[in-house]
Amino acid sequence: MEIRVSPNRMQLLALKRRHSMAVRGHKLLKDKLDEMLRRFLELVKRDRELRAAIDESLAQAFQGFLLARAAMSSEAVDVALMYPKEHISLTASQKSIMNVAVPSFSWSFERQGDESNIYPYGFAYTSSELDSAIKLLSESMSSLVELAEVEKSVELMASEIERTRRRVNALEYVLIPDLERATKYVTMKLDEAERGNLTRLMKVKEMVRERGV
Amino acid sequence: MAHMHKIAVIGDEGSIMGFRALGVDTFAVATAHEARETLRAAARGQYAIIYVTEGVASDIIDTITEYGHKPLPVVLTIPDSSGKKGAAMEKIRRTVEKALGADILFGKEGNA
Repeated sequence: MEIRVSPNRMQLLALKRRHSMAVRGHKLLKDKLDEMLRRFLELVKRDRELRAAIDESLAQAFQGFLLARAAMSSEAVDVALMYPKEHISLTASQKSIMNVAVPSFSWSFERQGDESNIYPYGFAYTSSELDSAIKLLSESMSSLVELAEVEKSVELMASEIERTRRRVNALEYVLIPDLERATKYVTMKLDEAERGNLTRLMKVKEMVRERGV
Repeated sequence: MAHMHKIAVIGDEGSIMGFRALGVDTFAVATAHEARETLRAAARGQYAIIYVTEGVASDIIDTITEYGHKPLPVVLTIPDSSGKKGAAMEKIRRTVEKALGADILFGKEGNA
């Protein structure tokens, strides 16, 4: 879109001011974008580490449950797991990464009774596969919560980065070139008027001299 | 602003029963419609983190992405007992692609 202004000195000044403002904004946004990208890539890396770890431990845990179901009747498994001994207390708050609000979780297990015993059942009627599967799952809980935090941050950062990139591009490829073109147009018009004025003065002087002689 | 929140797991019965032992609220669902309704209800409730197993998540991916723009709740896919299908990785890959405008990260390091 072309910027249309009347070619005079006031407008030229205003255009120059707008131009320097746009350049400064562009630089700031570009710095912001660079830093966001750096943080973003760190988060993505962490996310992938956590994913890999969780995929592995959950696969093992599921295998354990499968075996437990094979060794015991599935009713027995259901009964064993029916009354959880543990309770997870989760507190969600917000923190800010580069002005992007992301969730932050803190959590803990609340256990009833014996602290060291995480199993909600007696050992008499259950298989050992069930024990190890539950232990694995319980251990991967902290990674799971962290993953939730990291993956959400990645998602929110991604849309903020996209937005910032659009603004940077709009400034760099649209607004700043437009302003430069408009400045050039005004300068040329002013120069043209100046030249016109000069020739007119010369002509007038010549006419005065002819008459005066 | 800190509140007490809960964790939910939505998925097929075989995958989620283990989480019950940890005191996480589990919701067994069989159909995509059921999963959608459960997810919506859970998101309206006090749940801050909702895990959805991949088998279920792949059917309701559109509903899951609806929650992508808000800080809470976090809706996350986890592998299920039938083995992972890589939908979660795919989602991350797409997010990175959206942010960077190109798939440089996964291309360079390999999709391991």
